[in-house]
Amino acid sequence: MYCDECKQRPATVHITQFYNGKKVEMHLCGECSAQKGPHILQFGGGFFDGGFTLPKLLGGFFGGGAPVAGKAPLAGQVGVHVCPGCGMSFNEFTQVGRLGCGECYATFENEIDPILRRIHGNYRHLGKVPTRSGGKFKLQKTIDDLKAQLQAAIGNEQYEKAAELRDRIKELEKQKSNYQGRG
Amino acid sequence: MGISDILNRTHVAWMDAQGPESDIVISSRVRLARNLRAIPFPHLLNEKTGAQVIAQVNQALKTSKNNISRGLVLVPFNQLSSLDRSVLVEKHLISPEHAGNPLPYRGVVVNDEGSLAIMVNEEDHLRIQCVLSGLQLNQANKYAELADDSLEESLDYAFDEKHGYLTSCPTNVGTGMRASVMLHLPAVAITNQTNTVIQSITQLGLTVRGMYGEGTEATGRLYQVSNQVTLGQSEEDIINNLWTVVIQIVEQERHLRERLLKEMRYQVEDRVLRSYGILTNARMVSSTEALSLLSDVRMGIDMRILPEVNRQVLNELLVAIMPSHLQKAFGEEMEPMQRDIRRAEIIKQKLNLK
Repeated sequence: MYCDECKQRPATVHITQFYNGKKVEMHLCGECSAQKGPHILQFGGGFFDGGFTLPKLLGGFFGGGAPVAGKAPLAGQVGVHVCPGCGMSFNEFTQVGRLGCGECYATFENEIDPILRRIHGNYRHLGKVPTRSGGKFKLQKTIDDLKAQLQAAIGNEQYEKAAELRDRIKELEKQKSNYQGRG
Repeated sequence: MGISDILNRTHVAWMDAQGPESDIVISSRVRLARNLRAIPFPHLLNEKTGAQVIAQVNQALKTSKNNISRGLVLVPFNQLSSLDRSVLVEKHLISPEHAGNPLPYRGVVVNDEGSLAIMVNEEDHLRIQCVLSGLQLNQANKYAELADDSLEESLDYAFDEKHGYLTSCPTNVGTGMRASVMLHLPAVAITNQTNTVIQSITQLGLTVRGMYGEGTEATGRLYQVSNQVTLGQSEEDIINNLWTVVIQIVEQERHLRERLLKEMRYQVEDRVLRSYGILTNARMVSSTEALSLLSDVRMGIDMRILPEVNRQVLNELLVAIMPSHLQKAFGEEMEPMQRDIRRAEIIKQKLNLK
């Protein structure tokens, strides 16, 4: 395969990008890709995010719900409802590439989850849980961990340990149902 | 001590040259993005809501039980000159975007060593960053997590079970974690392997950027490799993935250096010694030229073509030769030509190899 740019050298760099849900493929040789480098490889951003206008790029990337030029979105369509936390609409989000507040994630869940899947290949958090705002979740995570340990203990015929674990799980389940925290 | 000390000296923690692989891995950074519950994200803040964020962060710093953050001071941007903000950018403690828009409710918290820096009201309410020397991703992660925990003692974070830590941009949601390393890869660049290396790294879900300048041969051959995905992976997995890839890049760089010495010894020695010659004799040098020549000299020291030099000095030079640091040291505005003269003097002074 020859380079899309110079059409002379063999293509060694293959790039796939998504614009508005459309797949764009580029096949370039080393030299042409080096010339195009700043655009493709996000060079020059330094240590921090940015380097190119991320909101603009994301705007296109998130454009699933953006209105077609000259055509106002109808009520009930994607992009019309507004976040109660900050007053931002989904359309505004697709234009600026930034959400307005934490509540936006729940408000626009149906629109955002597919985007998150596209960016991260996933839309479920698996990492750290904060102690305060995540009290209930943290408890659940501990319970899940203990349950796994319980299964292992039963499998290894460590019945004394299993009984201890079972009691702890019961206690935590009780705490969870009494939990007055948010979420 | 406080921030004035950080501003008036060149050295911060990541320049120590102490961690593992510190000949090739200059620094390791972990950044956590956090937002406060029920307050709009920074791009929607006004003076009043912005001040609420500042007040809550101040309170958290004051009342924290953990001495990792207790007693640290939030310096609002209206107390920092544009030169001081640039100095922090050159030290890699705050982003150019943060420094470039000095809203009164923006600010920064830096510890005495310069290993912990928290940007307040940048793209997210809090960007907690830990930067350490060498390949110390685990340690940087632990440190950032501790700082995060200590602030969370009194701050209510925007978090939901499904999406994790909620961030202004969906590219950061979940762990809110960006882990990165700064690598010096002269042999990869000299042997034209940069594209191949970048391709392999991007295929593994990581991002590579030149630290300075544009183009494939980044100025100073300094590259930053970082994770891209923040959702659906645990913090430990993100760190482990990055670590595994970085170790392989380091090995590749070492291997290429050995080959260069075996197959092109004269050319390599010639390049290193010429660069050293220019740096120790020139009367004027631009920052781009200096970064490039310093890269050759650093490689020459690593390859024992030049005598051993304290790598801390080389790391400090990366920052000391930057325009704002020169200006800060000089004490007044400088014309570009004056800076080039002063830069040449500083390099000569510091590169006094025996």
